[in-house]
Amino acid sequence: MQKYPVADILDVCVEAGRVMLENGAETYRVEDTLYRIAKSYNLVYINVFVVPTALILTVQGEDGQDHTELLRMTDRQTNLEKVSMVNDLSRQLAQRALAPDKVKLKLTNIKNTPRNFSTLQRNLAIAFACGSFPLLFGGTYDDMLPAFIAGGLGHILFEVINDWTNVSFFAEMVASFFIGLLALLFTTSGFGDDVNIIIIGSVMSLVPGMAITNSFRDLMAGHLLAGVAVLAKAFLTAGAIGIGIAMVLTFL
Amino acid sequence: MNLNHLTYFIAALVATFGFGVLYNVPTRTLFASSFAGAIGWIVYYILSFQLELDLFVGVGVAAFLVAYFSQWYARHFKMPVIVFAIPGIIPLVPGGSAYNMMRAFIEGSSEMALMYATETFLISGAIALGLSVNSGLFQVFSSQAFEKRDKRYLP
Repeated sequence: MQKYPVADILDVCVEAGRVMLENGAETYRVEDTLYRIAKSYNLVYINVFVVPTALILTVQGEDGQDHTELLRMTDRQTNLEKVSMVNDLSRQLAQRALAPDKVKLKLTNIKNTPRNFSTLQRNLAIAFACGSFPLLFGGTYDDMLPAFIAGGLGHILFEVINDWTNVSFFAEMVASFFIGLLALLFTTSGFGDDVNIIIIGSVMSLVPGMAITNSFRDLMAGHLLAGVAVLAKAFLTAGAIGIGIAMVLTFL
Repeated sequence: MNLNHLTYFIAALVATFGFGVLYNVPTRTLFASSFAGAIGWIVYYILSFQLELDLFVGVGVAAFLVAYFSQWYARHFKMPVIVFAIPGIIPLVPGGSAYNMMRAFIEGSSEMALMYATETFLISGAIALGLSVNSGLFQVFSSQAFEKRDKRYLP
């Protein structure tokens, strides 16, 4: 016997899916979690379809009526803590089904959780990461400081332009152009050894490593549509970085 | 210039840590994921540059190890695997060959560009293969997952 209206349960599911997708979970994880949540409320004939930009969920209640909800996603960022929190919530629900309004409250709490680190801390961490990449790519100690500066400033510029324009392609292009220019300036003024190593190290903060990895995992889990969509995004990002760097390299 | 393994280890640790902060990994697992990334990179370095095996082999084994550590941590901290795997995989991502490819294209040497493109694809494939093989093995060999299999949603 179902205690809660199906429409409320669907709202909860879609909200959970929205939080997960917005914060960079793989699509197969979102499908799995939504399926579990719906299952814990004793719904039958559950069908979930998730692509990176949309989410469709169809269930059947006990009266034999089908219910469908569709969600269109626009902005995506990466916040793995929120993904992990929704995962915990779905585990709790699997043990004991809570009332949908309580779950909704918990999801709102998760959505309003602030980031663990401030913008300054984040950019500083990225700068340190970029500063250590030259060693991994076969550079010398002299390349570390230029990559630190170029990578940190480049990432700040990327975030600012991305907030302004909401076109990540443009933001990546401008940021990588700026990084290339800085690296070229540094090496021509005798600060740093190898311009290539410095550019590779500093550009790593923009490289779509996560998108590539996620898309391959989706493809291998059999989610061809989602995998190809994320791969296309990764190629677009790589192309943007390439164009930005290319504009600088033509000065060489 | 010769750098010892400890320097590489620390560099990979710092790189993974920075990306963990960017992706807002939960604070108590930051060091765990950095450690996984650093171990993966050291293994890649030893296999591919010191023993001079193929890049594909080195990256594949390293990605497998990162995924193995991530699975282990995921059980220990009760968090999804991606919290550890995504920052941990970052040092292995073929940024260098992708850049070289782009540069070769611009300079007009298409043959070099194709060579680097192949390298980029092989390395990306190796990373994905390492991750997938590991999660496949975990599903087969973990008895808990085996019992629960028919309840899982695997379309």
